[in-house]
Amino acid sequence: MPDLLLELFSEEIPARMQGKAAEDLRKGITDGLVAAGLTYDSAKAFATPRRLALVVGGLPLSSPDQREEKKGPRVGAPDAAIQGFLKSAGLTSIDQATIQSDGKKGEVYIALINRPGRATVDILSELIPNVIRSFPWPKSMRWGSASVSSSSLRWVRPLTSILCTFGPETEATEIVPLDVDGIVSGNITYGHRFMAPQPIMVSRYEDYVDKLLKAKVVLDAERRKAIILAEARTLCTAQNLEFIDDEGLAQEVAGLVEWPVVLMGRFDEAFLTIPGEVIRATIRANQKCFVVRQPDTGALANRFMLTANIEASDHGAAIIGGNERVVRARLSDARHFWQTDLGALPDAGDYAQEAAALGLDLAKSLDQRMGKLAHLNVVFHQKLGTQGERVQRIVALARQLAPLVGADPDLAARAASLAKADLTSEMVGEFPELQGLIGRRYAELQGEHPSVCAAIEDHYKPLGPGDRVPSDPVAITVALADKLDTLVGFWAIDEKPTGSKDPYALRRAALGVIRLVVENGIHLRLTDAVPRFGEDLLSFFYDRLKVQLRDSGARHDLVDAVLGAGGASDDLLLIVRRVEALAAFLKSDDGTNLLAGYKRAANILKAEEKKDGTTFDGVVDEALIAARGAPEEQALAAAIAVARQAVSDKITAGNYAGAPTALAALRPAVDAFFEKILVNDPDPAIRASRLNLLARFRAATLPVADFGLIAG
Amino acid sequence: MILQPYDMEVGAGTFHPATTLRALGPKPWRAAYVQPSRRPKDGRYGENPNRLQHYYQFQVILKPNPPDLQKLYLASLAQIGIDMGIHDVRFVEDDWESPTLGAWGLGWECWCDGMEVSQFTYFQQVAGFECAPVAGELTYGLERLAMYVQGVENVYDLNFNGLEGADRISYGDVFLQAEQEYSRHNFEHADTGMLFKQFEMAESACHSYLAAGQAGDKHLMALPAYDQCIKASHVFNLLDARGVISVTERQGYILRVRELAKACGTAYLQTRDGGR
Repeated sequence: MPDLLLELFSEEIPARMQGKAAEDLRKGITDGLVAAGLTYDSAKAFATPRRLALVVGGLPLSSPDQREEKKGPRVGAPDAAIQGFLKSAGLTSIDQATIQSDGKKGEVYIALINRPGRATVDILSELIPNVIRSFPWPKSMRWGSASVSSSSLRWVRPLTSILCTFGPETEATEIVPLDVDGIVSGNITYGHRFMAPQPIMVSRYEDYVDKLLKAKVVLDAERRKAIILAEARTLCTAQNLEFIDDEGLAQEVAGLVEWPVVLMGRFDEAFLTIPGEVIRATIRANQKCFVVRQPDTGALANRFMLTANIEASDHGAAIIGGNERVVRARLSDARHFWQTDLGALPDAGDYAQEAAALGLDLAKSLDQRMGKLAHLNVVFHQKLGTQGERVQRIVALARQLAPLVGADPDLAARAASLAKADLTSEMVGEFPELQGLIGRRYAELQGEHPSVCAAIEDHYKPLGPGDRVPSDPVAITVALADKLDTLVGFWAIDEKPTGSKDPYALRRAALGVIRLVVENGIHLRLTDAVPRFGEDLLSFFYDRLKVQLRDSGARHDLVDAVLGAGGASDDLLLIVRRVEALAAFLKSDDGTNLLAGYKRAANILKAEEKKDGTTFDGVVDEALIAARGAPEEQALAAAIAVARQAVSDKITAGNYAGAPTALAALRPAVDAFFEKILVNDPDPAIRASRLNLLARFRAATLPVADFGLIAG
Repeated sequence: MILQPYDMEVGAGTFHPATTLRALGPKPWRAAYVQPSRRPKDGRYGENPNRLQHYYQFQVILKPNPPDLQKLYLASLAQIGIDMGIHDVRFVEDDWESPTLGAWGLGWECWCDGMEVSQFTYFQQVAGFECAPVAGELTYGLERLAMYVQGVENVYDLNFNGLEGADRISYGDVFLQAEQEYSRHNFEHADTGMLFKQFEMAESACHSYLAAGQAGDKHLMALPAYDQCIKASHVFNLLDARGVISVTERQGYILRVRELAKACGTAYLQTRDGGR
């Protein structure tokens, strides 16, 4: 079976777009092939900085013949309908159609359309240019003299040539003729930009991969990544150093080179006084290089791993020298920022008012940075005031929450007042992704309490479902205060997330609050503890809680059942514990049977209440049961009384989680009741008494959960 | 065609009318020039070996871009002594955008052994107008390249006149004092009251020249109006360096300059050189 080989050769494609582009090419072409009635065995796409390539194996030489019956209007229909039918069926005269009888419509025209199979090459000639013209690049451009027209071809960067061959494995292939806005297909590609730029003639995929490899191009990005990681590890091991794995960076670098050559550079040991995270951030983000550590201490070593795109005739000496010079300049900058941040600000004297409001000590450098943030009146959100005002609110809230979390209120307030200070540091200005961490380092250097330092770094956490949740009480307090202030604020100005729009990441903030209280076992009555925390925000939390439970594989459908039972409904930890206890109970035999008994009772009541047009309120005629009731009836009445008391005792003791098991004692009595008793006794008094007994059973379960809201 | 620098304060070679305005309209254009560029915020009082508030760009604009622009660019590096057999030259994604000029393009920063030595951009839009045809722009950082070619670590150590011994003149001999003085000026002393007024004056002059130059469907004074747009842009950069523009106001000023740029672009498209 013949194979297709397609290569779209262009100027350098951004690394971050290559993987998706290869996949889009594969999908675009194979979807088109299938739509044209062609089958194939395999399809694989590749990307390098300068090319997207696709191989499709096992294609037929042509698509199968197709026969289609197209139903038209009835005989005698208006001429417009007839003409439309002729056009859509590709007929020139209605005589070419046959007439069939259709039950409802009577006699209708039928066109028998024979579609002979088309040569695969012809299909490809039509399909490929369409895929290229409508390619889903995130950003694309026009270029060259053709760009006089605003409808000229768009590509991610100028597309310069197209290779496209088709043919069986054992015989010569043919060029699939394509013309995409003047770029005509051929069987020519080019090797490495500097090491093998000459044209290369290619017949098929295997030939293509081999010849590219000889021309210093590794086609497969995964292969390039593996080479980079393996070479880097080998070089490190030889120097008794440990390579620090960085999958994301390796992926990116694999998109920057066609022929990876890993080299090791050095920098002055004196730079190791800068925090390791900063060294890594600058070397990684600006230079796309890896950092290396000492295997014994785990501390960063004064080396870095760079990936060049050529085998240099001087074995990389000039490349290493040049990269070392840039890294040196970058680290000098970083050290300059570091030292500047530790020094005094020239205008610190102007911040006295802000310092008083926030309780800052302007003798300290990090306090000065917070003073500056407040003094600059940087707007947090137009309707929510400045960053300084926001920090004041967080400080107040942290102080209020601290006792509930078990944190020292003074430490929590101190941490909150410094948490955002690093936003005005030179370091965070340069490396925004290090916010929090930089503040922590500066706090440590000015001798803040360890919990305050930890809280400054951790108050942004958790940033997502996989992120670490802080465990120090001070950090938990500030993290909660930061997120709750955000949520309450945006709710107050009615800027809530809608659909896929959540520009202020409020869902993430709510999830953060949930994880903070649940994973740290903190009972926090949100509506009491947080000023302006309203019902609407609480129901937003319920939604997030359900999502969170669902994502962690728990029974999110039990949330409504638990909420329906009443009790403290703004203590998220309690809700989760009750859901867990209920879920465990429902998994047990007792739970399953009790739920079945509940449903049976509820169904009977529903039917009978509808029939009678009344509600059974559970007021049981005790005397009647005692005098005329069956033993099972009497037993159930007694069991309900016991269970009600047990559940009530648990709840009074705050043991909501233990309450479901207290219901378990009801099970034998409920089972026996349904086995022996006919509820709809001919005697209306007895019937009413029994229905009321069931209503009382229904009511007895309610403090635990609204079982009616439980699925299954 | 080799042109001379524009005789006004600009933030980059792109602001020269030979790039901004000539990138508009259908007429072919090929020019190169050196442009002294001022970025008030980048001043470091002469203490940083890499950052300057005044530096030189070599700017090339080719409209429409020739198909072999990358090859031409690489040949230009070879011409100044960069040997591709031992140096690692790379095109790394860098999409260019100038909010004040209402302009954007796609291209790369060009790396030599990990150092950015040029910007390479295919202009897609300028002054709010789609480029038709697209122009290719090459911007070489002259100090960076000179440091590379001379193997110098600190810009102030560059040999400025090619002589040695007593006759040697360094970049620092020429520019260090200016960097120190202008840093003081840009960050501490620039007269903000005057600058705010100058911004308003440039803005209103730009509008009034544009109004005065309109003659039916022709425009007769796009270039003088554009000078005022450049002026406003530089004054804004100075105010920004002085830290007297808050974050919220900042966006407003950028939009006002962009409006000027757009209006100048509209006018230029009705001139002889900018029109059909």
